Amino acid sequence: MTDTIKVQGRKASAWSAVMGLSSREVISFLRQRSRVIASLATPIMFWLMFGAGFGSSFRGAGSAQSNFLEYFFPGILILAVVFAGIFSTISTIQDRQEGFLQSVLVAPIPRWAIVSGKILGGSILAFLQGAVLLALGPLAGIPFHLLGFALALGWLFLISVGMTALGFYFAWKIDSVQGFHGVMNTLLMPMWLLSGAFFPAAGAFWGIKVLMMINPLTYGLVGLRRALYFGSSQGLAELPATWICLLVVVGMVLIMIAASASAVRKKAL
Amino acid sequence: MQAVETRDLSRNFGARRALLGVSLEVSEGKIFGLLGPNGGGKSTMFKIISTLLPPSAGTAAVFGRDVVADPGGVRALLGVVFQSPSLDKKLTVKENLEYHGRIYGLGAAERKGRIEDLLGRFHLTERAKDQVGTLSGGLARRVEIAKGMMHRPKLLLLDEPSTGLDPGARMELMAELRLARKEEGVTVLMTTHILEEAEDCDELAILDRGEIVARGTPDQLKAEISGEVLTIEADEPEQLQREIEAKLGLKAEQVSSALRLEAPKAFELSMTLGKEFGDRIRSLRIGRPTLGDVFLRKTGRLFSGEEESDKREKAVQR
Repeated sequence: MTDTIKVQGRKASAWSAVMGLSSREVISFLRQRSRVIASLATPIMFWLMFGAGFGSSFRGAGSAQSNFLEYFFPGILILAVVFAGIFSTISTIQDRQEGFLQSVLVAPIPRWAIVSGKILGGSILAFLQGAVLLALGPLAGIPFHLLGFALALGWLFLISVGMTALGFYFAWKIDSVQGFHGVMNTLLMPMWLLSGAFFPAAGAFWGIKVLMMINPLTYGLVGLRRALYFGSSQGLAELPATWICLLVVVGMVLIMIAASASAVRKKAL
Repeated sequence: MQAVETRDLSRNFGARRALLGVSLEVSEGKIFGLLGPNGGGKSTMFKIISTLLPPSAGTAAVFGRDVVADPGGVRALLGVVFQSPSLDKKLTVKENLEYHGRIYGLGAAERKGRIEDLLGRFHLTERAKDQVGTLSGGLARRVEIAKGMMHRPKLLLLDEPSTGLDPGARMELMAELRLARKEEGVTVLMTTHILEEAEDCDELAILDRGEIVARGTPDQLKAEISGEVLTIEADEPEQLQREIEAKLGLKAEQVSSALRLEAPKAFELSMTLGKEFGDRIRSLRIGRPTLGDVFLRKTGRLFSGEEESDKREKAVQR
């Protein structure tokens, strides 16, 4: 009874903490059945309604897909991971209002481990939702290609991390759930709508085109589209090159993680 | 070495001074209570010692490690139970402990053993697989304490541990803390505004308006009041007070609508009072001094959990 704990190295304990925090995030989410169902039903509903609604009135300017259901599909994947990632960070606000976050802050672990644990947990959730929806790809008319789908998973993961980190940054700064919803909806909706998810940049008004060019999600979506149509560059050629897309998305991930870490350093509670 | 040692600890929130130079020692192995009304500075002390809030002046150390210079070192020694729940309600009891063990870097085998141990000791084995959201307040508090003990801290800090618990659950909680101390030698420092809970501590410091007004064992503190305490309710307490003081040469204090007298021979005095003022006394009560009497003696005010400044403190700390 009186034996003492072998104090492990700081590093080992930090990683253990990251795993602990992120697995808590995932288990807690999976226990909330309504959240799980809503997270999958919403994007599918959007996809079917808009896809069927626009139907053949859509002319895929600058895209290979003449069918809106098919054109819209990658956009729906993005919608799922963006919203799942961002809103998974609402738990940060709740944790702060209860004692949960305090109890993590008094643990002998570095602040970056707390940030990483929360972001990794949310990213895994967002990624899983994207991955489940990706399985519907062939239904949308996207030819199944093993390497292409594997690459698509990679893109989904990167976007998940970037958006979860973005959510975490705001969740740390805003202290009410309502405020967070407000800010996120104002920011997220345009970000998603102007990512090429809904319509290609090619035929858009020049002002919109500029907004689309500075939206990091645009690049994530191009990367995702390329991966999904792996091997056939038809209609995708005029979009930004893959390496540029990768650069932008990885850049966004790193910037948002750094911003989150600095937010946590500045304001502990 | 002292488990906790503070020197001239002060903390200001803007213009408000929450702590005014508190010096305190808590020796190892004690169950130490920090008693005081809400807004008296307990929470501020708690936050400073748990490394969540830096002091404005003065120092605080846990087993010789300074909370400002070496917060990581202090955190490694602490188990902290906050007033607001820190458990994930969607996780089971076991999962909460498991997750906490991971945060503290315990290996898988150690986590497993420790969880079994604590579940048994806190009588939680049967509820291990239930989600925390389904537990009663008392049970959830027990899980909080088990969680705080998970990584074998040397100092267990508890902020108002029995808030929201009924007296039975509160007594169980104290018994569990004693057991934890016996089996693991943990030192316990708790804040409380409940007199009955403070009675059960080995040692107390009474913190009021940012200052320590008394300290000692509960018995020592109560022994400072000689004899018994008489409480008299009367229709016109002010007038009665004047007359008692004039006729009997005793000091009577008015506390809300009642008069309060400390007397070495309270029973004899009550006879005299009955003879002299019997028709004007509504009720007369004789009691052994309580910690509430000690507080009254030291501060001149009646002890009650709430204080005016309480709301302000919360607003400022937000």
